Amino acid sequence: MLEIKNLYVNYGGIKALKGINMEIPDGKIITLVGANGAGKSTTLKSIMHLVNPASGEVIYNGENITKLSTQAITQKGIVLVPEGRHVFAELTVRENLKIGAYLRNDKEGIKKDINMCQELFPILKERKNQLAGTLSGGEQQMLAFARALMTRPKVLMMDEPSLGLAPLVIKDIFNKVQEINKEQKITILLIEQNANAALKIADYGYVMEVGTIGLEGTGTELLANQRVKDLYLGKSS
Amino acid sequence: MKKSKLNNILSVISLVVLVLVIVGIEQFNLFGLNSYVIGVIKLCCIYAICALSMNIVNGLTGMFSLGQPGFMALGAYTTGLLTVSAQDKIEIYKIKPIVGWLANLNAPFFIALIAGGVVAGFAAFLIGFPVLRLKGDYLAIASLGFSEIIRIFIQNGQSVTNGTTGLIRIPGHVNLYVAFGILALVVIFMVLLINSSYGRAFKAIREDEIAAEAMGVNLFKHKMYSFIMSGFIAGIGGGLLASHLGAISPDVFKFTLAYEILLMVVLGGQGSISGSIVGAFIVRAALEWLRIVDNPIKLGPINYPGISGMRMVVFSVVLMFIILFWSRGIFGSEEFSFDRIFRFFKNKKSAKEAE
Repeated sequence: MLEIKNLYVNYGGIKALKGINMEIPDGKIITLVGANGAGKSTTLKSIMHLVNPASGEVIYNGENITKLSTQAITQKGIVLVPEGRHVFAELTVRENLKIGAYLRNDKEGIKKDINMCQELFPILKERKNQLAGTLSGGEQQMLAFARALMTRPKVLMMDEPSLGLAPLVIKDIFNKVQEINKEQKITILLIEQNANAALKIADYGYVMEVGTIGLEGTGTELLANQRVKDLYLGKSS
Repeated sequence: MKKSKLNNILSVISLVVLVLVIVGIEQFNLFGLNSYVIGVIKLCCIYAICALSMNIVNGLTGMFSLGQPGFMALGAYTTGLLTVSAQDKIEIYKIKPIVGWLANLNAPFFIALIAGGVVAGFAAFLIGFPVLRLKGDYLAIASLGFSEIIRIFIQNGQSVTNGTTGLIRIPGHVNLYVAFGILALVVIFMVLLINSSYGRAFKAIREDEIAAEAMGVNLFKHKMYSFIMSGFIAGIGGGLLASHLGAISPDVFKFTLAYEILLMVVLGGQGSISGSIVGAFIVRAALEWLRIVDNPIKLGPINYPGISGMRMVVFSVVLMFIILFWSRGIFGSEEFSFDRIFRFFKNKKSAKEAE
């Protein structure tokens, strides 16, 4: 269980997070939706200690991990798929996966997990010796996803996986998210602007409004909520 | 890409031929080369070592450091001080006598060489703390600055380094075996490094720092490793240079040296081992060969008086064209292989047929 308690983050004079409280129970898909600049990415970055919170706590399985280094947090099994994919463009698909297993020493396990990733995303097997930079956007997102799985995460945090992808590809990736959650019991924290798609697969959702949590509830509750509809889902839905 | 069997056979054959040629030249003076040409070949090897050391930081880890001359200077002076005999030290230090503890300090050449590497590596470690917090151009400026600081220190440490006069009578231990042997060791080290998890982490940092950090790679630690390795190898290169030249002064390690080495790395292709070696040989050999434009030339009615330094002008123009039209260098980030050559000619042929 990952908990965020009363988290404040400042960027210079700008208050990016103004007291966030969240709970991410094991084995669930939790989503954090909201408009641009609401502080979604900042929340993820402060969990990973990529930004320094001004106050507040991040607690994982009862342990305060707020001040741990990013490496130590990754080692605890919390991993981030950064926004905009960030694959290692000049390295091959296989090398990308191997870097995902950077903190691990079990050669056999790494081999097994590479096979697992290639089964999950067959396109990665087909293109294993190709440079990651030559993949399409969707394929790169799958690679970033697979690379994160190579760390054997317990909590997988994804920052806008649908960014700049075609609707069909988005659907595919969201299916994979569900599949991984069900089959490998990996907790998912999903950040999305595409609130509709994210809330549909989420067990529980938080709606962010400029540095605070405006609303929370189960995925179906939020989808039915009039305010969420008006603000994030558009009139047509 | 899998290498073909033919490629492997050809590689082994060419390696054996290379070794035989080196032995031939050294033992029986095959080809009747004069000592000047052999000297240039040795210099090429030494510069190749320095280019490889820069390649670890610039090509593999993707940082832009220009600190090489400083590390080379430290290596060169350490090796020099440890190998010049006690008697010579008394005679060389005319302005101020050498400090007591250094006067009788001597070591065999290879130990002196390693000591040079260690001193340079330690300097890299110390400089790394402030410098590696910077990125891109800022890192280049800061590392170049530190390199100059080292040079100025050497220039002013009269009783240790003999100031601007420099060290002379450094015994020459560099023959072709030593030059190629150490180059081979460095190459083996680089190949092992690139294929290790450290090498992968370096490459991950080069490609994308955010993603590398998210995968659990400790950025600062790995940048530091890379910087220290680079400093150590540059120190060894500097030590070889000192022994090869027999005389060193602070002027040898001016910041222009950093650009010269950078050129070798960029010309060969950043991140490519074979590229750095080929780059070093081309740049060094071309600089020697271009000496003809420094001398007067008579071409029928045209009388060219010869301008000293003209070779640098010609060289710079050529390099500008290379950077403009061939910016990835000769090898890009790949390695030399015979397969590549075959493919190159095959593509040319099929292109011709297509016409």
